[in-house]
Amino acid sequence: MDWKKLFAKLYIWLLLIVLYAPIAFIVIFSFTEAKSLGNWTGFSTALYQNLFNGSMQNASGLLSAVKNTLLIALVASVVATLLGTIAAIGIFHLHGTKKQTMTFLNNIPMINPDIITGVSLFLLFVFLGISQGYTTVILAHITFCTPYVVLNVMPKLRQMNPNIYEAALDLGATPAQAFRKVLVPALRPGMISGFILSFTMSLDDFVVTFFTRGTIGLDTLSTYIYTDARKGGLTPELKPLMSIIFLIILVVLLVINIRQSKQLEKKA
Amino acid sequence: MSQNDVIIKVEHLSKSFGDKTVLDDINLEIKRGEFVTLLGPSGCGKTTMLRFIAGFNTADEGKIIMEGKDITDVPPFKRPLNTVFQRYALFPHLDVYDNIAFGLKLNKVPEEEIDKRVMKVLKLVSMSDYEDRDVESLSGGQQQRVAIARALINQPKVLLLDEPLAALDLKMRKDMQIELKEMHKKLGITFIYVTHDQEEALTLSDTIVVMNEGKIQQIGTPTDIYNEPVNAFVADFIGESNILKGRMIRDRRVAFIKHEFDCVDEGFGEDVKVDVVVRPEDIYFTTDPAKCQFKAKVNSCIFKGVHYEMWVDTDTGYELMIQDYDPYPVGSEVMLYIDPDDIQVMKKEREANTYAAKVTGEGEVEFLGTTFACDTTGFEEGDEVVATIRFEKVDLLDYEEEADTTGNVVFILYMGNHYHLTVKTESGENIWVDTNDIWDKGDFVGIKILPEDIRLSKPAAGNE
Amino acid sequence: MNKRSSWALPYFIFMVLFVVLPLLLIVFYSLQDGSGHFTLANIGKFFTDKDALSTFALSIEVAIENTFICILLGYPAAYILADKRLNRSAVTVVLFILPMWINALMRTLATAELFNMAGIALGKGTLLFGMAYDYLPFMIYPIYNVLNKMDKSYSEAAQDLGATPGQVFRKVTLPLSMPGIMSGVMMVFMPTVSTFAISEFLTNNKIKLFGTIIQENINNSMWNYGAALSLVMLLIIGITTFLQGGEAQEEATGGLI
Repeated sequence: MDWKKLFAKLYIWLLLIVLYAPIAFIVIFSFTEAKSLGNWTGFSTALYQNLFNGSMQNASGLLSAVKNTLLIALVASVVATLLGTIAAIGIFHLHGTKKQTMTFLNNIPMINPDIITGVSLFLLFVFLGISQGYTTVILAHITFCTPYVVLNVMPKLRQMNPNIYEAALDLGATPAQAFRKVLVPALRPGMISGFILSFTMSLDDFVVTFFTRGTIGLDTLSTYIYTDARKGGLTPELKPLMSIIFLIILVVLLVINIRQSKQLEKKA
Repeated sequence: MSQNDVIIKVEHLSKSFGDKTVLDDINLEIKRGEFVTLLGPSGCGKTTMLRFIAGFNTADEGKIIMEGKDITDVPPFKRPLNTVFQRYALFPHLDVYDNIAFGLKLNKVPEEEIDKRVMKVLKLVSMSDYEDRDVESLSGGQQQRVAIARALINQPKVLLLDEPLAALDLKMRKDMQIELKEMHKKLGITFIYVTHDQEEALTLSDTIVVMNEGKIQQIGTPTDIYNEPVNAFVADFIGESNILKGRMIRDRRVAFIKHEFDCVDEGFGEDVKVDVVVRPEDIYFTTDPAKCQFKAKVNSCIFKGVHYEMWVDTDTGYELMIQDYDPYPVGSEVMLYIDPDDIQVMKKEREANTYAAKVTGEGEVEFLGTTFACDTTGFEEGDEVVATIRFEKVDLLDYEEEADTTGNVVFILYMGNHYHLTVKTESGENIWVDTNDIWDKGDFVGIKILPEDIRLSKPAAGNE
Repeated sequence: MNKRSSWALPYFIFMVLFVVLPLLLIVFYSLQDGSGHFTLANIGKFFTDKDALSTFALSIEVAIENTFICILLGYPAAYILADKRLNRSAVTVVLFILPMWINALMRTLATAELFNMAGIALGKGTLLFGMAYDYLPFMIYPIYNVLNKMDKSYSEAAQDLGATPGQVFRKVTLPLSMPGIMSGVMMVFMPTVSTFAISEFLTNNKIKLFGTIIQENINNSMWNYGAALSLVMLLIIGITTFLQGGEAQEEATGGLI
């Protein structure tokens, strides 16, 4: 029994070390001044300083990439959360073939690999003659984010007492009031996880953005890194930037999950 | 009853979901201040009807009139009535106080008044001091009280209750029944209550509306409904009963279980087939041979808490249920009698299956959505006819291959020595079957009718 | 009531416009030549294009290998994480999901640099390692999800009926966790076939995968051929989804955070 436990622990930690090695690598080498990864020239916070006072090469390019990434992620995930929540309520109340059709449609963007989503949306914008830029990237991000919102809100609808919306109407709330005061609070946990999921997926997306950003020179972090890496030399300040992003995501996810498991324990 | 006394009037209400008719031309008047119960088995349409009154369901046809005003198209949030939902539907993100104050806050009632009214209504449901509690921390019974308080605080003219006690355990349910009854008396408003529990309906109601398959079966006081059920369904659904085939010999004399009895019913005519209901507590044991009307042998005896429930086989081959405070040993021969008062004679709803049919060729007739072989002598192709099949001539099969059509058993009645089944066929029409075989409600069955058992006749003028 | 089902309508219109129509456009463009005339030449070109065919074969090969590596490494991990006796901490599970949220390109670049530093030549070996590293969390999570929700009484019942621990695993746990494995496969296999940047970085442009070919064609304005290649991928997705029976997506992503 103890051997088994020891072996299990060992296996898990080994996997984790391998999984985190590259991330740790980035973080470690963010504290040195060398241009390329893996080249240690002594401890320094110069890259962090450069990042914050904008005194690196091509500062405006990286900065606008960060800004674009955040803006696109924010707009896309807000819209996806609203659209997805309303859609989930609708789909939940559908029956038979209509429900199956909607569920099937909702599954398509999740099953499709990014490249299919990217190419197909690229063709759509070409076909409709829409010039590509912010709008097309945001629309594309909404397309692949919304299904995950639907998926996260659905279980909350199933857990919800089906009568609370009607109870609100019965007590004099208009449909709009009932939505705001009763449905949204009941679905909030699902909406929040849908939002966070959307936000991180949008942040992380490379392929779909790559195909829908057009030729106006719109860059997000991902496309910036891609172009940068293809050119040969990664902007060194990306290392501290990534470390910071990683730290934020780490804290947010850990806090959420620990809170969730605590709530679960409380209920059980 | 003057029109003023009627608070809610439902007119010609019909509703179908897909091809399933849930409510079929319902007409109902509810008096001000009454405690009315809609009673019936699940799927009888009672909840749909309540939701129609509350405004959550729209009807295919029909009107609802409240205090003389047509409110059919008024949305639920503008109707002066409130609902206590099955499983409460309390808002999980609000505490007790905010749940109850929900309606008042929407209407921008001043806070002091909200405070006063919440406290008052909490007291009414015996939940004072609970206002800050999280609703999910309350027991089922307490949640129930909060749900009632939340509905009452808006001072509705009518309170709708959708199986409000179904989720509570037996003891709690009994206590809440008494409290509901008292609350009704104190408030003086109209309660419309939905339940499938006949005992609950008998305990609580001023008026019971018995429903089945989307139709109202009987409206009456609890005593009326129990003592004078109008048909076999009501007799079977309310309380325990022995339902038997009988024959009215003349006024005040009826024959069933192959014996003759005095009764109090008149006006059926002479030598007319009827159904007879005798409640199990109305069959008495006697040791006096002069009083004995028939003899029987006890074949089972079970203690039920207050009384014993016994099944006896009569000397004429029928099985009856009897309830008595004293047990009789299994196997013993007993002498029995029934008081004339306790025999409820009901008009037979039908004596055989009859269908409007059409001759489609020689030896072929179409009804129940399919074609049957039968003797068509005397009729020509295209003739509209009436096909009659006796109940015992319909065969039920547990496979489809040789069947003429198929259906589902929807209702089963034990008639003392055989079962009387209602089977809903593929075409949506019912066929009634007498059989000795045991089927369960919901069973999928094949239906077979032999050609010689279908009798054709000309349709009577103005009748089918 | 008030027809809340109609709330699905805006999303339906959105989906038709941004999901269904674009997919149809892939078919539409793949059946056209540059001047808009109907042709089967694009699809024919793929079947005669040796480069494209060999890349396609290689992509499928890499994807199958990667999927197997992920199952072999991921299943034990998911099993251990879901077993309350072996792991009590929910945080360990989060640690496995976490890398999914770090920019994949950045992680991949770092992995490639690690190989460089260790003096390992970039090639198919590093490609497979890097891929497994990228996609392992996507395999672990759905399997963990299914195992974690599985009613313990199944395996207890099996033991009660005389099954040894090995038999319990083979006859009860493994079959019951198949839906998790299947959705893991869905989340690993297709994305592997279609990656482009990742394979370039991990092999220093030595090995091209199918996604790269699509991207090159689209980027060089060969839309029609690019669409035809995408159509080939769509067909594979259709087949694998059909074989798998759909449905498993919720296992895979429900409650991801």
